[in-house]
Amino acid sequence: MDFVIGLLVSVFQTLISPTTAGFVLAAIGLNIHFGFTGLMNMGQAGFMLMGAYGFGVSVSFFGLGFWPALLVAIVCALVFGVILGIPTLKLRGDYLAIVTIAAAEIVRMIFKMAMLQPVTGGPLGLHSTTYREPFSALSPLPEGSTTILGVTYPNTGGNDWWVRIVGWGLVALCLLLTWALMRSPWGRVLKGIREDEDAVRSLGKSSFAFKMQALLLGGVMGAFGGIIMTLPSSMQPDMMGRPLTFNLWMIVLLGGAATIFGPVLGTLIFFAVRIVLTTVAGEFVPRDILSAAQTEQLAWVLVGVALMLLVIFRPQGILGNKKELSFNV
Amino acid sequence: MVRRTAKTVDTKRPLGLVLLAAAVLSLCSAFFAPAAAHAVECTTDPATACVQGTIKQSDGSPAEGIELSITGEGLDETVTTDATGHWAFTVTQAGTYTVTVNQDTLPEGQYLKSADSREINAELGRVGGGLFPLTDTEPGAQPTPTPGENGETAAPPPSSSAGESDFSWSRLWQQTMSGLRLGLLIALASLGLSLIYGTTGLSNFAHGEMVSLGGLSAALFMGLTGNLWLSGLLAVIVLAAFGWVQEKVLWKPLRKRRLSLMQLMIVSIGLSIAMQFAFQFFFGTGVITIDPALPKTVNVLGAALTVHSLIAMGVAILAIILVGIGLMYTRFGRATRAISDNPALAQASGIDVDRVISIVWIVGGGLAGLSGVFLGLVFNGLTYFMGGQMLLLFFAAVILGGLGTAFGAFIGSMIVGMMVELTNIWLPGDLKYGTALLLLILILLVRPQGIFGRKERIG
Repeated sequence: MDFVIGLLVSVFQTLISPTTAGFVLAAIGLNIHFGFTGLMNMGQAGFMLMGAYGFGVSVSFFGLGFWPALLVAIVCALVFGVILGIPTLKLRGDYLAIVTIAAAEIVRMIFKMAMLQPVTGGPLGLHSTTYREPFSALSPLPEGSTTILGVTYPNTGGNDWWVRIVGWGLVALCLLLTWALMRSPWGRVLKGIREDEDAVRSLGKSSFAFKMQALLLGGVMGAFGGIIMTLPSSMQPDMMGRPLTFNLWMIVLLGGAATIFGPVLGTLIFFAVRIVLTTVAGEFVPRDILSAAQTEQLAWVLVGVALMLLVIFRPQGILGNKKELSFNV
Repeated sequence: MVRRTAKTVDTKRPLGLVLLAAAVLSLCSAFFAPAAAHAVECTTDPATACVQGTIKQSDGSPAEGIELSITGEGLDETVTTDATGHWAFTVTQAGTYTVTVNQDTLPEGQYLKSADSREINAELGRVGGGLFPLTDTEPGAQPTPTPGENGETAAPPPSSSAGESDFSWSRLWQQTMSGLRLGLLIALASLGLSLIYGTTGLSNFAHGEMVSLGGLSAALFMGLTGNLWLSGLLAVIVLAAFGWVQEKVLWKPLRKRRLSLMQLMIVSIGLSIAMQFAFQFFFGTGVITIDPALPKTVNVLGAALTVHSLIAMGVAILAIILVGIGLMYTRFGRATRAISDNPALAQASGIDVDRVISIVWIVGGGLAGLSGVFLGLVFNGLTYFMGGQMLLLFFAAVILGGLGTAFGAFIGSMIVGMMVELTNIWLPGDLKYGTALLLLILILLVRPQGIFGRKERIG
């Protein structure tokens, strides 16, 4: 019984964590790219990295306040999106996939450079104490810590309730925005591009401009995700590499592409299943047979296999509608 | 409102440039001062875990005074190896930590054999180890800053912005040879990638893992047989068979299910994740060497290359020529090219498309295996992630040459290989793969169909 309660608490802990909120934000962005517009963006982690470092470096190195730093983060993501979009949005889907993945790797390598260590912290990254202060200063919460459902965190500072409130508040905001946009004429053009780009062009719409706008919008949501994810403890370039992007794809496909709540559901299931699997394995399988590291690796193998099965047998995911799903090409 | 968002980009871009300029300026003056060193001793109890290891120089003597730092789970500390080359960190929280070697503190003439940082899983009450093997040979194309070869310029610090001072004609020649070598090895893998793309339309993201598997199985066979040639051959055969099995079990049924190319691509991504972590599960995260013997170095017209490198280059050229002749002059080759041009028409004119695709997978798998074996030998060690790391170089090569053209893949590979090694003279080593990826983006901007590709392919 203790084990079950402990498990439930750790599941709850994982589900409300800032990392989960960050994933949801990035997944909502990716859903705008892939689900609604049909763009194969394989570099969402790059957008998250631009956001996280745009914010972190602005505060820790240039000493900016919260709002200017946030603006820098957004601008970084926008510039990254424009640079990515110009060469690729006119090309076929798989080119976009390869270029976005390459661009995300390039920015990861640049931020990881030993040469940039004074600015970005190099491979070691930045610790949240160096960029956290302006965010904590905005907190209206009183001093001390609060316990909810057996989970205790400080109100403000480090891994706290404040970042959780802001993170999930942002999630709600982004969901609302997506919902409103996708039933607007603008959203209908995006869906039109996904279904038949030539038809949209023949109606006099510039599909390039719309695709670029979708790429930037989703990218900025990714940047927010990156900031939320890194506020509690630290940021390292390797946190935001290819595996993260692939996880986001898994999440979007699992929850259901082209649905509003798909990314949220996908993220919650993804994290819940992983924490349950690793906890149960850690409890019932002796350490000599399967160490914690090995359990983690097996969980990853499972992620890969699940991604394959999902795409083959249920590409529309849990909430999705098969008619709404389009893998162009 | 979205139009307004797009406008912000134009007005704010100067700000980004200013930031970048400021960042570049600041590195010229600022230097990173590491935190004070901690005690080297570490004992475990149920509430702590040790992350530790011993660093030895290439001749086996302990390496003293190397700085290592650890980050992760809120920890950020630095230690220095003691007189026995030992280092240790005490951590009080289980989790994954990243240990990084400060390359500036390596003894003179000693270089890291592999990456300068490692992820280590710590469990409370246990000891987690990390190996940082040192070598006195030129590090080749590993993701570490490449110092001048043969102690000519003794280990320039990676933070130096590698100006003109690093340049010399002998270094240029050395890097040219390395570039040729890397290009040939990339060509082996990207030929297969390109052939598979040409005949099936699949952008195979799991191709890198086939390369890794080639190297890993060669290491496995080396342990069993002790004969390098035999192990290499067995690895190639295993990978060719693996290619065939993959086609039969996975890709052919999926094509019959009429999955779109995008879906197939995501399936290959899933396969790549699963394989990568399966390697990690079975082989661990450390560096695996295929040939434990110290590689002999020979001097070729002033450039130092290992015997392994020379053999690898020779065999690679031979294999590429064979594949080229096969494609140009045999019935099978003509059939392959016909399918690349127009699969439906090829089928209508009596070509057994499925059989040709099977053979393409066998050849592609074998070539990937060969590439993996040689990469593992040339860089004197490989990790589970080697292929995954190289994958984007393969894609860069294939796209540069023109997706789906075999000759283009070869030329593209040579350009990418050269570019990676030559830009390494001026750019810091941690960016060496970055240049190839940048080239990939630029070529798509200027000539999206690649050098030898045809326009209709880009859609």
